[in-house]
Amino acid sequence: MAVLETRGRSATPRARRRHRPRRWLLVAVLTALAVVMVFPLYWMVVSALTPGGQSQSGSFYLFPAEPSFDNYAQVFSTQPVWRWLGNSALITSLGTALSVVVSLMAGYALAKFRFLGRGLLYAAFLVTIMIPIQVTIVPSFLVVAKMGLVDSPWAVILPTLFDVVGIFIARQFMLGVPDALMEAARLDGAGEFQTFFRVVLPSCGPLVGVLVILGFMTRWNDFLWPLVVLQGNENLTVPVALSTLTNNPAFSSPWGAVMAIATVTVLPLLVVFLAFQRQFVQGIASTGIK
Amino acid sequence: MHPATTRPPTGGLRAGRATRSRRGRFVPYVFIGPAGLLFLAFSLVPIVIAVLLSLRDSSTSIGDGEWIGGGNFVSMGSDPLIVTALRNTLVFTIGTVPTSMAIGLALAVALNRPLPGRGVFRALFFVPMVAAGVVVGVVMSWIFNGDYGVVNNLLEALGLGRSPWLTAPGWAMATLVIVVVWTRIGFCMVIYLGALQSVPAELKEAAAIDGASRWARFRTITWPLLRPTTSILTILNVVFSLQAFDVIYVMTGGGPGFSTTVLIQYVFRSAFIDARMGYAAALGLVLVAILLVFTLLRQRADRKAEEVL
Repeated sequence: MAVLETRGRSATPRARRRHRPRRWLLVAVLTALAVVMVFPLYWMVVSALTPGGQSQSGSFYLFPAEPSFDNYAQVFSTQPVWRWLGNSALITSLGTALSVVVSLMAGYALAKFRFLGRGLLYAAFLVTIMIPIQVTIVPSFLVVAKMGLVDSPWAVILPTLFDVVGIFIARQFMLGVPDALMEAARLDGAGEFQTFFRVVLPSCGPLVGVLVILGFMTRWNDFLWPLVVLQGNENLTVPVALSTLTNNPAFSSPWGAVMAIATVTVLPLLVVFLAFQRQFVQGIASTGIK
Repeated sequence: MHPATTRPPTGGLRAGRATRSRRGRFVPYVFIGPAGLLFLAFSLVPIVIAVLLSLRDSSTSIGDGEWIGGGNFVSMGSDPLIVTALRNTLVFTIGTVPTSMAIGLALAVALNRPLPGRGVFRALFFVPMVAAGVVVGVVMSWIFNGDYGVVNNLLEALGLGRSPWLTAPGWAMATLVIVVVWTRIGFCMVIYLGALQSVPAELKEAAAIDGASRWARFRTITWPLLRPTTSILTILNVVFSLQAFDVIYVMTGGGPGFSTTVLIQYVFRSAFIDARMGYAAALGLVLVAILLVFTLLRQRADRKAEEVL
């Protein structure tokens, strides 16, 4: 499903000429809408670069009169921003890596083996999609607290490793991996793990890409769960820290500082999105094709 | 780790196969094991605890609090805030789901034909999906800020006066709906675009030759063929809306008053601010019940619609 790639059916030249004015009207409407869609992100950048004086005013402007990095300097010097970024990076990368491995292994077992309890287990997995976080948030917090993990990165990583959507996508993909491939590997004397890691996984490139991108995005942006289990200011992830900044008394103009951190939060994902646009969209789309 | 290395040198194909099948029985469990354990610890156990907790008058942990049976569910009946939370959840869901799906579908249809800059448009409409809910929340709070926000500054420059986007009850809910629709459009568009590409072109061409207008072709061919997609998108969007926490928490915190306190906000509040864990667990279970009923009804409606076709 290469959503961004496919070309629409081309109309005949005559039909195209006939529709030209309407087509340009459509392009104009889409452009206006695109401006509205992108404006908030544009405004985030503008505000981050606008020094306090101008941003705290009631007059209308579209560009900063004197753009500067003052807001960045101020927030980086008064807040443990690098710590926050480090926490987010650790939680996101470790969580994604472990979770992708767990999902791939589970998807492989569910797709390629027959074993007692497979149907029941898979059904139970799928039911958890229906269970909203509201139900499990309080008990999960109690479980994590019993394990003594509150305020540590593991409190965020462990409970989110089990990723039903990831397992589902992995299973669907693995169903399409030919059995002959595995048989051949086994006949060559490869053990089960060798078969999996050396033969099956290399044929799952697109699947791994989708799982990594999805996992990375959900973990980097995750908010409610880290908000519940992280407490110390220097242990926060970037999104949680960002939410605390609006009422932080340390800033003369909190909005400029908040927007500066907001740009820092969005930047990594925006880079990933621009670099892997197709996989990104495919990943998002595949969560919808349940 | 590698069974191949521990296997004794086999004396022949048959012997090798026999060992493999005996050992083979454990193999799937090794692969499913990690997922199974995590599922047990962080899904199944919490669900069981949630049920137990909902029957207790707990404040902080599973051990404390008295066993009060259905007490938490009974006290919901006399809690005026739960009515408010349910009503807000309903308004928020009805405000966000059809709107974002309709706009997403319109964009998908518009971008499913050759247009200059089509790829750029698709990417631009999709970009808000990438931003974290918290980022959306703080940026939109700033944009809709009453005193310094760009929206009010623009309105005043145009002579239209300032509006209490986030500070008056009715306004705050409307603003939240607008913001969440903004984040959701790209997702709906992408899913619909994928589905539109599987609508056979010959069907539409045949209808066009028969003289059907563009709208008639959409209504009689495309829309019915999109039904499964619409159904899935509805369920997903409702789930998203019921779980929408980040944006609301950051932008209004459920206020002013309780005018934007939705159910998940209320669960969070009960558990971690009011320290009523038992009550919060009971609220969560009520939400699951609502979700299950909604999904079942939706599926039954779809099945009926298919029978009619």
